[in-house]
Amino acid sequence: MVSQAIRDKYEVVIGLEVHAQLKTKSKIFAPDSTEFGAEPNTHTSTITLGMPGVLPVLNKECVNMGILLGLALNCEIPSRCKFDRKQYFYPDLPKGYQISQYDQPICVNGYINIKGKKIGITRAHLEEDAGKLVHAGADGLAGSLYSLVDLNRAGTPLLEIVSEPDMRSSDEARAYMEELRNIVRYIGVCDGNLEEGSMRCDANVSVMPKGSDKFGTRAEIKNINSFSALQRAIEYEIDRQIEIVEEGGEVDQETRLWDDNQKVTKTMRSKEDANDYRYFPEPDLMPVEISREWVEEVRKKMPELPEAKRKRYESLGLSAYDANVMVEQMETALFYDKVLELGADYRITNNLLVGDITAFLKENNININQTKLTPEHLAELVNLISKGTISNNIAKKILPQMLENGTKPQEIIEKEGLSVISDENAIKELVEKVIAANPAQVQAYKNGKTNLMGFFVGQIMKETKGRANPQIINKLLGELLNK
Amino acid sequence: MEELLKKTASEQRKALLNKEISAVELVNAEYKRIEEVDEKLGAFNSLCKEQAIETAKEVDKKIAEGEILPPLAGIPLALKDNINLKGTKTTASSKILENFVSPYDATVSVKLKENLIPILGKVNLDEFAMGSSTENSAFKLTRNPWDTNKVPGGSSGGSAASVAGYEATISLGSDTGGSIRLPASFCGIVGMKPTYGRVSRYGLIAFASSLDQIGPFGRCVEDTALLLEAISGHDSHDSTSLNMPVPAFSKALTNDIKGAKIGVIKELLAEGVAPDVKTAVENAIKKYKELGAEIIEISLPLLEYSIGVYYILATAEASSNLARFDGVKYGHRTKDAKNLLEMYTKTRAEGFGDEVKRRIMLGTYALSAGYYDAYYKKAQQLRRLIKEDFDKAFEKVDVLVSPTCPNTAFEIGSKISDPLSMYLTDIGTISANLAGIPGMSLPCGYDSDGMPIGLQILAPALQEEKLFNIAYNFEQAVKDTQKCPLI
Amino acid sequence: MITIKDVEHVAKLARLELSEEEKEKFSKQLGDILKYVEQMNEIDTTGVEPMSHAIPMVNVMREDVVVSENTKDELMANAPLKEDGFFRVPKIN
Repeated sequence: MVSQAIRDKYEVVIGLEVHAQLKTKSKIFAPDSTEFGAEPNTHTSTITLGMPGVLPVLNKECVNMGILLGLALNCEIPSRCKFDRKQYFYPDLPKGYQISQYDQPICVNGYINIKGKKIGITRAHLEEDAGKLVHAGADGLAGSLYSLVDLNRAGTPLLEIVSEPDMRSSDEARAYMEELRNIVRYIGVCDGNLEEGSMRCDANVSVMPKGSDKFGTRAEIKNINSFSALQRAIEYEIDRQIEIVEEGGEVDQETRLWDDNQKVTKTMRSKEDANDYRYFPEPDLMPVEISREWVEEVRKKMPELPEAKRKRYESLGLSAYDANVMVEQMETALFYDKVLELGADYRITNNLLVGDITAFLKENNININQTKLTPEHLAELVNLISKGTISNNIAKKILPQMLENGTKPQEIIEKEGLSVISDENAIKELVEKVIAANPAQVQAYKNGKTNLMGFFVGQIMKETKGRANPQIINKLLGELLNK
Repeated sequence: MEELLKKTASEQRKALLNKEISAVELVNAEYKRIEEVDEKLGAFNSLCKEQAIETAKEVDKKIAEGEILPPLAGIPLALKDNINLKGTKTTASSKILENFVSPYDATVSVKLKENLIPILGKVNLDEFAMGSSTENSAFKLTRNPWDTNKVPGGSSGGSAASVAGYEATISLGSDTGGSIRLPASFCGIVGMKPTYGRVSRYGLIAFASSLDQIGPFGRCVEDTALLLEAISGHDSHDSTSLNMPVPAFSKALTNDIKGAKIGVIKELLAEGVAPDVKTAVENAIKKYKELGAEIIEISLPLLEYSIGVYYILATAEASSNLARFDGVKYGHRTKDAKNLLEMYTKTRAEGFGDEVKRRIMLGTYALSAGYYDAYYKKAQQLRRLIKEDFDKAFEKVDVLVSPTCPNTAFEIGSKISDPLSMYLTDIGTISANLAGIPGMSLPCGYDSDGMPIGLQILAPALQEEKLFNIAYNFEQAVKDTQKCPLI
Repeated sequence: MITIKDVEHVAKLARLELSEEEKEKFSKQLGDILKYVEQMNEIDTTGVEPMSHAIPMVNVMREDVVVSENTKDELMANAPLKEDGFFRVPKIN
């Protein structure tokens, strides 16, 4: 561990390469299904297996998603892009080359905003994924006796997003990843799940003396499978590199693997073994020309982006914190939008969603779309609270039924007789009853223990099963107690 | 029956429709012929008797029911063994695919079946279509029916020899740098390569993706045109396939060619051409003049660079296309591997022949770090200039002619140890692949040893009709001088 | 021109095991071929756009539809070594 004093002498430079699996039904160059979790080698084809004589055909939806994501990342979409072959041998790469984009990618020159800082995006390009290897005979790669190859994943479409080396801390790196994840999920092109592998991240890390304008040698870190692993890996790497430089050594330009068990990075490939990919233009595929009309067609279909959503919620009156909490739970935020469209009060709805409803979701490990609650019913509930027909307490009580059974709030209220009691005479009777039944507390209140008011309110609530209108209770109690 | 095997497809069709013979009888007659001569000729790698007879039965059934048949229904065909036919071994004449059974049909195979053309079997080629003599086959030697001590040409040697030797009436080959036109020339038959993209490549084992095309062989221009019609057309499985309707090539044959402008490629009739070949081609040019064509001398100054350009582009693409042969999913795998690296290196060393290894090495080198600009990019630039030379020429003429090859078929074994000398036989044919234009070879004479000489005709892209028309007129004019091999 | 070291490097990239004899032979043959190929430098190609495809076409694409043309058994029938539905390969190293 390097001391903070020494750390402060250095600037950290971080760039991230993210692979996002696109959610098309079929693969990018073959018509097999992209569905996850099937039996090995059941979602393949002659094309995916690279049989002699087969040819790739480009899936149009991959181009559409590439354009959509590029626009969401504020990229330019060049009017022409093409495909290239990236060549190397590995058992999960059936053709012995990966079809990718080398010098004419689909998106260039973008950025996203994190916490007010702009992080540049150099480029994004389309390519096909490789299959999966299972190493058998021992645990992990080293020491395995043989490997088993499943090509279901081979040919799944990926968009590789390369950031500029604009991040200066592991916090920034994490924030970038989290925002990228939000964006890809909101526009519906990717599940953004690091643990499942639908989004993958490699980090390029280097250090340089503070104030220098020459970047240090960078190391590439692979095998990062969660946001916290990303931060741990970067922090470890920063220390490791600073130690080397402090001792007068040089950081090797290499690829390292993050080991989340031992919490270290390890050398994966040395310079000598570095691959010569021998890129050349893919002769089996024609170039893609993207007209400005096509770009506009795609832009029209762009859903509201996370940044815009946050700003809109803030303009309604939510705090920046609350707005962000809502945006981070995409399904809930989209549900929220629907409820707002129905005219419900923004604050009451927000409170219910991030409070009791989120608690329910967490307890049952589901998202809001997996409950029976509908936006219409929630809007109804919020309106009933706004009108004063029921109290917040009653609302909390009936939510579980709405979530589990999809029952309309009005039905539950009528069936269980839960509407607010606002009849002053009825409440006055109850107040008098409670005062008569608790002379000691009445005396104590009159002697100065004014916080006993809560006790009296509680008693009346108990009597009315929470239905009495709190303002009326307070008014009448105040009158009768102070007589 | 023996005589019927030597007839054209139209004549055989007449015999079928007149019920002089049945389709099954015709197919069986071919198999008998194959039994008699293929031991010597070595054209066939494998036979598909069951499939062929099934198709023939279907043809006979339709004839009996008076149904209209596609033009080539029942006409026996040989299929180059680098084209996938479901359920058959498709080997590319390589040890690495020796036991590979196709799980799917190439698009052309589907079209052959739709046209009720019985596929007799898979014929021999230079391994992975790399060669000009079929001597690079890992399995067997194919001999020229005109002189069995000589090569049939390559890489579609089996396709040409089977048709020239009457083991089939028509055949399909593939042409990347002349692999249909050269064997057609050496074997005295008609063979042509269409415009790039005219015929789907889906199912053709790839050699050089931007140059490969499947094409027809026949004993006459009409048969060749009919076969091209049957296999052409847009294919959604092939992104390089032309999205255009297929012209009726066979209907374009008989038009008058008076006033047609025929360009003679100066560089291909210069020194280095065998005297008999030169004479035969000059006579052909005279014949065209008699038919009313205008003869214009055309220079293609970049032609000499086409071999260099070809051997960089084709080998680069090939080195990539052959990377899939790694012993993992199909094909040969070595028994001796201690680890993954050895599995790769030994599998490929055992499975590939010399010429294939040489081309993989050359292609890999040309694409490797530091060499891309000097070799691959340079070749792509020159390719554009070569194409532009053709464009300029076609502004002045309708078609271009030349000898298909500067010499006739050579002795087996005489060039195999000198790869560069073998490469130079392709000088006349390669540039058409680079430019993507259609080209044909048809017989125009015989040398003093009686070996056939081929006339090559090249047309602008998409103008196969013009090509067939010009070829047909010549063929009809010299019909009486055509000979037959003695085999 | 092409040294044995060059040949070994290229053979490794191409995953080809070569005998010492083959290395010698290829070294000479590749050298000869490349010398011939270098003729290309006689022509000035400054500013010439490289040509990938003889017939220019663009936007050849298909709809996002799942199609299954072969069964798993058909596709794995030619596999040299299988286990439990996987392709099996020797250890990486």
